[in-house]
This record gives sequence, structure tokens and C-alpha cells, in this order.
Amino acid sequence: MAMHKIRVKVQGAEREAEVESRLLLVHFLREVLGLTGTHIGCDTTHCGACTVLLDGQPVKSCTVLAVQADGREVTTVEGLEQGGKLHPIQEGFWQEHGLQCGFCTPGMLMTGYALLARNADPSELEIRQAISGNLCRCTGYVNIVKAVQHAAAKLRTTAA
Amino acid sequence: MIPAAFDYHAPRTLAEALALLAEHRDDAKVLSGGQSLLPLLKLRLGAAGHLIDINRIPGLDGIEEVGGALRIGGRTRESELERSPLIHARYPLLADTAAVIADPLVRNLATVGGNLAHGDPANDHPAAMMALRAEVVATGPRGTRTIPIDEFFLGLFTTALDAEEILTEIRIPLPPPGSGGAYEKLERKVGDFATAAAAAQVTLGAGGEVVRAGIALTNAGPTPVRAVEAERYLAGKQPTAAVIAETARLAGAAANPSADRRGTIEYKREMSRVLTARALRRAIQRAKEQ
Repeated sequence: MAMHKIRVKVQGAEREAEVESRLLLVHFLREVLGLTGTHIGCDTTHCGACTVLLDGQPVKSCTVLAVQADGREVTTVEGLEQGGKLHPIQEGFWQEHGLQCGFCTPGMLMTGYALLARNADPSELEIRQAISGNLCRCTGYVNIVKAVQHAAAKLRTTAA
Repeated sequence: MIPAAFDYHAPRTLAEALALLAEHRDDAKVLSGGQSLLPLLKLRLGAAGHLIDINRIPGLDGIEEVGGALRIGGRTRESELERSPLIHARYPLLADTAAVIADPLVRNLATVGGNLAHGDPANDHPAAMMALRAEVVATGPRGTRTIPIDEFFLGLFTTALDAEEILTEIRIPLPPPGSGGAYEKLERKVGDFATAAAAAQVTLGAGGEVVRAGIALTNAGPTPVRAVEAERYLAGKQPTAAVIAETARLAGAAANPSADRRGTIEYKREMSRVLTARALRRAIQRAKEQ
């Protein structure tokens, strides 16, 4: 069995582990590091529940190997909150009721976070396009779009 | 789902990667974006003893016009293509295509070279590259060779790449003035493969006539289909509504799709026709606006 020593910066902190070549990033996060906030949904690169940031880009962690993250930075949903304070994107989902069952939420939050990092004032269409790789079976997306808009407005106020 | 065990290599240079490929040949797969390869391994539709990750090799990505051609590094991400001002301004066919491949998260990893080298006729770049008359650059132990796109796709999941070669670049001839292109895809939902899709690239002459046309179809047979008769018919003609309709009819007739949950053969062929007409109209409009 091919084992590899990897070092991954997770929410800014170096984590080291010895992993099998075939270990998926999502399993590394959930089972090796205990970060179960990242969900496994379809496991076939469709649903986006497992979305994390890899060097700042949202990707589906069920379709990345843990060894590929060696020497790189990963941010999961656990990394959004700072000092006990929710990130505006989390606050947006709270305020606008952007979830029902909550299963897709970690992925939606990471995709929304990445969108707002490169586009401070996205249109409704841009939001809908950005989350088109994240499936929600409860909300009908209306409140998710509102949640991202809420976060965008909040972030713009904070930045101003 | 967990893939069957394999060994993983992360070479730092192209030479190292080529040496690994030469050593393991058919037992090795090149890991570029991994967005087709990893699902195949997870579903165990495919297996490999060795994955050679080319993501740590510098110089395999980039989009630039140099030496009379647009050069796209094989490992260029779809998201880079999608956001490139050069691609939007000069290669709208590629901008259209990049925006409808899988979904935005997949496009952050998926690569242009991978989309071609995978040899899947349901992928979107093959038809776009055919319409643009691209060339594929393959790098192997004895150096590089260029393969015209028409000679690249040999069969379902089979390309002209040798087991020891890596697709390192795509070259597209610079579009002459008065050129425009478009890609039209019918999909059941974001992330699905095309039910049918058509790529069109045209160059208009001073009198508004079509000087050159490239037309190709996605998911219309075991390999991407160039609509040769449609191209020939259109060349030299004024693109009137009747001419576009006949060109699209000829393109639809070139489609050889198979039936699946996305539709019957008749439906898909008809959609190939409709999408070709739409792609042509947008390509011509864009060529006029140039």
C-alpha cells in the first residue's frame, strides 16, 4: 500500500499525516482531522456538499486526492467563524433562512464565500451561476440567493 | 466510494513525468484536473497502477497569442479560460464552451488538455477545437509533435496520444479579421453532458460572404463529429436564412448519436440541427461585430 507523508495548511494551521495515495481529500478532512463540517453528499462530483477552498478556490473535495493537497492551503466551513463570531456569509444564511435540512449548507457557504472574495457585488444571476454546482433539495434556492446578497451587503459595509 | 489502490507520483519537471510514463506506460494515468479521471477510478470503471500528477510541474498552463497562434497550455484550468479577457474578445467560441463545461466548482480544477485527452465525445472542447481547426501538441520521450485535431480522436476514449506522451499544449490559428464563433449546448441541467451541442466558427469576407466555416458536433457519435458537408456547403455563400437552414440540415444529417436517457436518436439528431443553426447565427453576428 503506497503511503505518503503530507503537510496541509488547514484554516492556516499546518497539519501532518501519513496517508494512502487513494485517500480522498474529503475523507482526510473528516476522518483523519475530524473536521466533519464538510459533508459527503453524492460522492460523484455532482452535488457540491463537500466543497472546500483549495488555495482559495472552491473545489469538490470528493474529487481531489489528499496527496494533491500536500503543501497547499485548505479552508473548510469550520474556518469561516473567527473568534466566536460568525462570518457574514454564515450570518446571511442565518438571517435569511438560507437552509432547511442544512446538508448542502457547508458547501453553499464555501462557494458563497469564494464568490464574494472575487466579486463584492454580484448580481442575482452571478450568484445563481456561482452556486450552480451546489445542489439544494429543500429551499428552491430563493433564500440562499438572499443569504449571499445579505452577506455581500454586510461585507461591503464593513469594507467601506 | 474509494478507488482501487494505486501509487501516486508528483514529479516536479516534465522530464521526470515523462520518465515515469515511459516506465509505467499503460499502467499509468496522467492526473491533470482529475475531474473525469477520479470519478472513473472511484466508480471503478477504470483502474491505474500509477497516477502521475502533473500539477506541480511549472509552465504547463497559460493562454497567449504568440508565433501566429493562440497557445493554451494543456493544464490550463477551464475557469482560467472562462475568465480570460483575451478569450472573450477574440475566441468567443471558447468562452461559450468553457462556461458550460460541468459546473463552476469542477471548472476550477478541470483542464483544457484533460478535456481533450480523455477522448470522451460527450466532452465539449473537442467539437470547439475542431471548429477552430486546432492542433494538439504532444510531448514524449523523443520530443514534441503536433497532431491536427481531426486526427486526434480515434474512438471512444481513445486518442492519438501515445502511452508515453503528455498533451502539453493546444494551438489555434489566429482568427482573421471578420471572424466569430459560438457554442450552443442543450443540457438537462448544469453539470450534465450535452444531449446535443454544436460549435461554429466563421470568417466573413468583405462582401459579407462566408469565406471559411468550421462546424462540429458534441455527443453525436463515438468521436466528435466534423460536419464536413455542412462546412463545404456554407463556404463562399452569403449566410441568408435559407443557407443557414440548409447548412444546419446537413450538420444534423452528419450526427450519429446513440439513444440514452437524454433522448432518442431522432431527437438528438434534430437537436444537432437546431443547435447548429443557433450557433451559426450567433457566430455570424459576432463576426459582423468584430
